[in-house]
Amino acid sequence: MNDMTPTREQRSAALEGMGCKRKRVEDIRFTQGKGNYVDDVKLPGMLHGDFVRSPHPHARVKKIDDSEALKVPGVLAVITAETLKTVNLAWMPTLAGDVQMVLADGKVLFQNQEVAFVVATDRYAADDGINKVVVEYEPLPPLVDPFKSMDKDAPVLREDLAGKTSGAHGPRKHHNHIFEWTVGDKDLTDAAFNKADVKIKEMISYHRTHPSPLETCQCVCSFDKIKGELTIYGTFQAPHVIRTVVSLIAKLPEQKIHVIAPDIGGGFGNKVGAYPGYICAAVASIVTGKPVKWVEDRIENLTATSFARDYHMTTEVAATKDGKVTGLRVHVLADHGAFDACADPSKWPAGFFNIVTGSYDFPTAHLAVDGVYTNKAPGGVAYRCSFRVTEAAYCIERAMDILAQKLNMDPAELRLKNFIKPEQFPYHSALGWEYDSGDYHTAMRKMMETTGYAALRKEQTEKRAAFARGETREIMGLGVSFFTEIVGAGPSKNCDILGIAMFDSCEIRMHPTGAGIARVGSKSQGQGHETTWAQIIATEIGIPADNIMVEEGNTDTAPYGLGTYGSRSTPVAGAAIAMAARKIKAKAQMIAAYKLEVHEDDLEFDIDGFRVKGLPEKFMSMKDICWAAYNSVPPGMEPGLEAVSYYDPPNMTYPFGAYLCVMDIDVDTGVYKVRRFYALDDCGTRINPMIIEGQVHGGLTEAFAIAMGQEIRYDEVGNVVTGSFMDFFMPTAVETPHWETDFTVTPSPHHPIGAKGVGESPNVGGVPAFSNAVNDAFSFLGSTHIQMPHDFWRNWKAAKALGAVA
Amino acid sequence: MIPGSFSYHRPASVADAVKLLSDLGEDARPLAGGHSLVPMMKLRLATPGHLIDLHGIAALKGISRSGNNLVIGAMTTQHELLASDDVAKAMPILHEAALQIADPQVRYRGTIGGNVANGDPGNDMPALMMTLGATYRLEGAGGARDVAAADFYQGAYFTALEPGEILTSLSIPVPAAGHGYAYEKLKRKVGDYATAAAAVVLTMSGGKVVTCSIGLTNVHETPLLAADAAKAVIGTSLDAATLKKAAAAAEAIMAPAADARGPVEYRKHVGGIMVTRALQRAASVAK
Repeated sequence: MNDMTPTREQRSAALEGMGCKRKRVEDIRFTQGKGNYVDDVKLPGMLHGDFVRSPHPHARVKKIDDSEALKVPGVLAVITAETLKTVNLAWMPTLAGDVQMVLADGKVLFQNQEVAFVVATDRYAADDGINKVVVEYEPLPPLVDPFKSMDKDAPVLREDLAGKTSGAHGPRKHHNHIFEWTVGDKDLTDAAFNKADVKIKEMISYHRTHPSPLETCQCVCSFDKIKGELTIYGTFQAPHVIRTVVSLIAKLPEQKIHVIAPDIGGGFGNKVGAYPGYICAAVASIVTGKPVKWVEDRIENLTATSFARDYHMTTEVAATKDGKVTGLRVHVLADHGAFDACADPSKWPAGFFNIVTGSYDFPTAHLAVDGVYTNKAPGGVAYRCSFRVTEAAYCIERAMDILAQKLNMDPAELRLKNFIKPEQFPYHSALGWEYDSGDYHTAMRKMMETTGYAALRKEQTEKRAAFARGETREIMGLGVSFFTEIVGAGPSKNCDILGIAMFDSCEIRMHPTGAGIARVGSKSQGQGHETTWAQIIATEIGIPADNIMVEEGNTDTAPYGLGTYGSRSTPVAGAAIAMAARKIKAKAQMIAAYKLEVHEDDLEFDIDGFRVKGLPEKFMSMKDICWAAYNSVPPGMEPGLEAVSYYDPPNMTYPFGAYLCVMDIDVDTGVYKVRRFYALDDCGTRINPMIIEGQVHGGLTEAFAIAMGQEIRYDEVGNVVTGSFMDFFMPTAVETPHWETDFTVTPSPHHPIGAKGVGESPNVGGVPAFSNAVNDAFSFLGSTHIQMPHDFWRNWKAAKALGAVA
Repeated sequence: MIPGSFSYHRPASVADAVKLLSDLGEDARPLAGGHSLVPMMKLRLATPGHLIDLHGIAALKGISRSGNNLVIGAMTTQHELLASDDVAKAMPILHEAALQIADPQVRYRGTIGGNVANGDPGNDMPALMMTLGATYRLEGAGGARDVAAADFYQGAYFTALEPGEILTSLSIPVPAAGHGYAYEKLKRKVGDYATAAAAVVLTMSGGKVVTCSIGLTNVHETPLLAADAAKAVIGTSLDAATLKKAAAAAEAIMAPAADARGPVEYRKHVGGIMVTRALQRAASVAK
């Protein structure tokens, strides 16, 4: 060896594998405006479609007159439900087992519902056409309040369901009832409450909000009449699912449908489902024989494509007088809007809300969820969280604070007392999950030590005294949140979408020069898959990440995958990538053994190649093995170096974290200041710490927005009043607090590389941290629970109600 | 979010612009920074057949001194106001308020003339212009006339501008040396209109207020001069009781709409607090 021989550390670093803060390769194009998004797709002869939308939240559609619209220069067609009926597409199935109108069929059920689709030679003509379509409506009484949806005299919203006493998830109790979902042991839970020393009960609402990605939903559909093939470019988080759904509902052979999701500007759950725009653009292309583009504007995105949350959770906790929880009872009233268009795994009408026991060792629990219809936009998607997990985390984390207050215990101490202990993993929760791994006590104590939690509590006590003496008008709150996520949907035994198991997939092809391409069934919307997937392969097979190209989103080239949402990419696709890489490695080992003239078992993998055990100079690099794979494989072996893996995870993964928010609130104006926000995340094995940090920053910013003001609000007659960024709170860098990030590492025992997923943890854990901070600030004035969002005027209202403001 | 069709005109002089406006009638709208008009057009809430872009008129730009007044061309951008030493020295409250308008991108394009002429009660400059005693020059087919800012605003989006007139410049008396000033604006985020805002310009002598003017933004369908509140503080040292009285007098003339920024009661309440805080801060910087 001479001085030029790289050390093991240098060889390892050169791979930029797992654990490396590798810079995001996709950012080279994103930061220079060179991404290729759907709206960048321009096909020859392309037409543009746009919607006539309902001004009414609930009305009968008496007549649609398109005669003036068709006279507008450039307008080619006006598609209505009647047009769609000729191809049996006036309604479409939702992922939640409901059906949804593509275009208003007889009536409209929410404001801004799609009524007609105008197709024109350009966007301007399409909009001119919209303004000339005359729709005659007969307004009907709107149903806005979900708590009134099952009143005896509540208006009938879904006339198409008349007489249907059961839906996709069992019996329906009322004409506006969708499903009831119950989990847990009711009798045991009732018994626990009957003998409890202490009980709390609170109706905890998680208001309706919206994922609002930077890029709205859009598509370009192009039907080739000669070949009978339909190509769809779209903002899809799950392109293969879209292909299958289109095949099933449009009755086109699946091999003749090409779905391409190019670069996507954020999804956050908004781009999982299928929207009327996709169907209408496809039908318009089939009808006209030309490509048709549909691009949503911001108002349409906020008011018509899928919302998130809108869960009203009546929560009860039973406990002993020294603070040991003994039972949990939750009833959820879930407002789904006009159609149940949740994007959950098909058998889970309330997603994984039964993670609501959180990080705590509840001996028994019972959960019931009632889904109802209202005159609001459909949806219920997982906005940067696994399915309904942020609602569940908010519910239990608020409840634990309320219990701590009742017991006069510190909220952190109460949590420490009730955590599932490290030796209890794998832990079977009262509501049916098997938590894979965790060390909650260590994470919580690290948070408390790093933030100086005890000193902050002392400062709070002093500030409260100063407030009482009239020396300050500011109150201080500490928001503790300890969340357990459930991500990585999911095992085929309990997760499918429309019957397709929720596996994921990877295909790796190594080229002769030691480079390769990995095609994956997931679909990045900004998560950085092109960077991190290559890092997994780099570590697994010893080829530099820079030499691996990652490709996703084209259903003709990528293996079938279920897409990216619910933090499932790393737990499922990431595992498929590692398993495919291991197949490559196994074949490489056989080739190396042949070339080095030893038995396979005499070889050991050493960073970037195979070495003969005990003979360090006998080494063959992976680069050389790739070359050999194309010219001198062992007799009887097929040439080439490729592998495919479809990974059906044995279990979900359960990331967790300990967060603390320190907030000061001026009671006179309600203006808050987030003084400090600390987030400790444990996502198991960390693939790229820089990307994790970026994910945490983004998720916390969304959590901050949601907790402190971001809502989709309807007035009492069903008008949506938060239709633009003037009213829908989207914080800028100026409002966004500074984030302190930290971590512990508790690998998943069942995942090939021990990784759990992190993208959504900060939203799940962040919302309760902010809300608990506000509630903690006000608690000494006598409040137990103040509903989100905690914007300035509501804080002032709370202060006024508590007598802190004259 | 797609505007209807319109014809675009770019006159090179005020006279040409005025002629176009009078020839084309009500179907024509002058275009300044476009931050109000263009979104309205995209929503088709405004559908002018003709846009008369004022960016080609050099005479509408610039900041100059005329006697004891600063004269600011209507097409001067908020960014140019912020870059002006004259403004920063002679009228620091104008600098402070301009910084509170939206964000840098908006300020590069948004103009002071558009801000004051549009009659939007959410805009920050109108109440400030009333506080400073500014007058606006309006030019039309019949010639030019000057209207005091205090007389200009008649209702939400209704002003003293007659059809065919263009607001061409603002003339603002330079406040006395050593004056105190503050613009207190409560907003939910960068780029938002005020939940409530108060402008105060005052002079002090021997610890007592000698002169005072108070303007209020976005708490009524027009910007307001809080004359009674200002009167209440003259001759006082801004003690707690006086501040309370001034805030109450200001709140008495507020009539904000309930919106996402809060209910009426809240917006009036914080309006009073903005007055109090602006008075205190203005007094603290007065010499």
